[in-house]
Amino acid sequence: MQFYGTPLPGVEKQEDYPGKLIVIEGTDGVGRSTHIALLRTWLESRGHAVLDTGMTRSILAGRGIKEAKTGHTLGRLTMQLFYATDFIDRLENEMLPALRAGFVVLTDRYIYSAIARAELRNIESHWIRSIYGMALVPDAIFYLRIGTAQQLGERLLSSGRGFDYWESGMDLHLGQDFYDSFIEYQKRMLKVFDRMTNEYGFHVLNASRSVRSVAADLRKAVIKVLDEPAPSAEDKVSVMPPLRDKTTPAKPTSNLVDLNKKALP
Amino acid sequence: MISYGQHQFPGKLFVVEGTDGSGKSTQLALLYQWLKAEGYPVFFSEWNSSSLVKDTTKRAKKRHLFTPATFSLLHATDFADRTERDIIPPLKAGAIVLADRYIYTAFARDVARGCERSWVRDVYSFAVKPTMAFFFRAPLNIAIDRIVSGRPNLKYYEAGMDVGWADDPEESFTIFQGKILEEYDRMVSEFGLTVIDASRSIERQQREMRMLIGPHLNKQKRVRSN
Repeated sequence: MQFYGTPLPGVEKQEDYPGKLIVIEGTDGVGRSTHIALLRTWLESRGHAVLDTGMTRSILAGRGIKEAKTGHTLGRLTMQLFYATDFIDRLENEMLPALRAGFVVLTDRYIYSAIARAELRNIESHWIRSIYGMALVPDAIFYLRIGTAQQLGERLLSSGRGFDYWESGMDLHLGQDFYDSFIEYQKRMLKVFDRMTNEYGFHVLNASRSVRSVAADLRKAVIKVLDEPAPSAEDKVSVMPPLRDKTTPAKPTSNLVDLNKKALP
Repeated sequence: MISYGQHQFPGKLFVVEGTDGSGKSTQLALLYQWLKAEGYPVFFSEWNSSSLVKDTTKRAKKRHLFTPATFSLLHATDFADRTERDIIPPLKAGAIVLADRYIYTAFARDVARGCERSWVRDVYSFAVKPTMAFFFRAPLNIAIDRIVSGRPNLKYYEAGMDVGWADDPEESFTIFQGKILEEYDRMVSEFGLTVIDASRSIERQQREMRMLIGPHLNKQKRVRSN
């Protein structure tokens, strides 16, 4: 097992695990959850057991973070540590056991988003990296990259989610309203991610394209991580149920819009 | 982010540390009464008291959800909230802040549980360095007697049952407290802790504390003069 820094207490570095840890990273609204859902179904159809996880989903700290975020009294250091607690709980109790049992672990974001958020809040880079040093180095990190913050804003609107206080970085007072703040915050976020691409060896995928072509690329790359033969012709990506039948004409909306809606809980 | 030792505030921060049953809370309460009577603005901050984190900690303790790493991180979260909310603002305003347990408690407990020394120190590097940190040192058997006789049922994490040293809570507690005391002892020179012999009378310990704190209060502002 390879860790970024100080290993988890009680874990032997020599130990190896049969599973694969695959990270899907990207800024808010690039379609991470859509792609994880697609990947999961596809991997399971090929016979792989899959665990998927993501930020604030821990049994230990998930609820506490959500509650703390509803008030605006969460300080910037407190927030980072709360998220770190959530992450380590999931690493120890979900990801690691699944990897030991031979699962493919798909994680929606990993330490990189947490580090990027901390950096945007002027938090010392050594500090946050040292805390997350307990993270396992993944088998692959796919960064779904979108060109501009404006594009992200459009996607957010088309998904019907609207702007969230924290995703817009409202605590940083970057703009007059949620939209201005969101654009400035995400612009900075994209910069930090670009910087981290080399540092952590992200596999960058251009997420401005259709869901279909991004998903096809992801599959090809995941196959390599799993050390399996390339997908056959019948594995062609079908991301949607048939769009039309005889009675209903095709809708003018793009695949992307519908998919994002579908992915909502 | 400003790290340990670099904060410059007009206020003063005094902390008490020591194993359970060393009598430190009693001493801090007496100090509080004295400073109040002298007319200083005094604030009191206790370990594990953040309202933001409290419910999560309570639930985790009840359901045994902690590992050494998450125990450490959630307590650091609690401490960060207290630092941002209860410690830094009064210090900036020139008040005296008294803390019952501080980062050294985390250093002692988390390392005893198996976390790496340097990692825990890094996690807490945002803490304000105290003006003085008192370490109430009681011989292990005295501290254990005080706790065990006062509370017949030792709590799961308090006894270090999560680490699995022993099946018997009292035996586990004894091993845990021994390791904690070892960590405290090595921190005395590392952080310049002021050692108070906690086996002496309460009055004598209090006199010593007041004498040591006195010189730091010279220029402190008072809310009213005596």
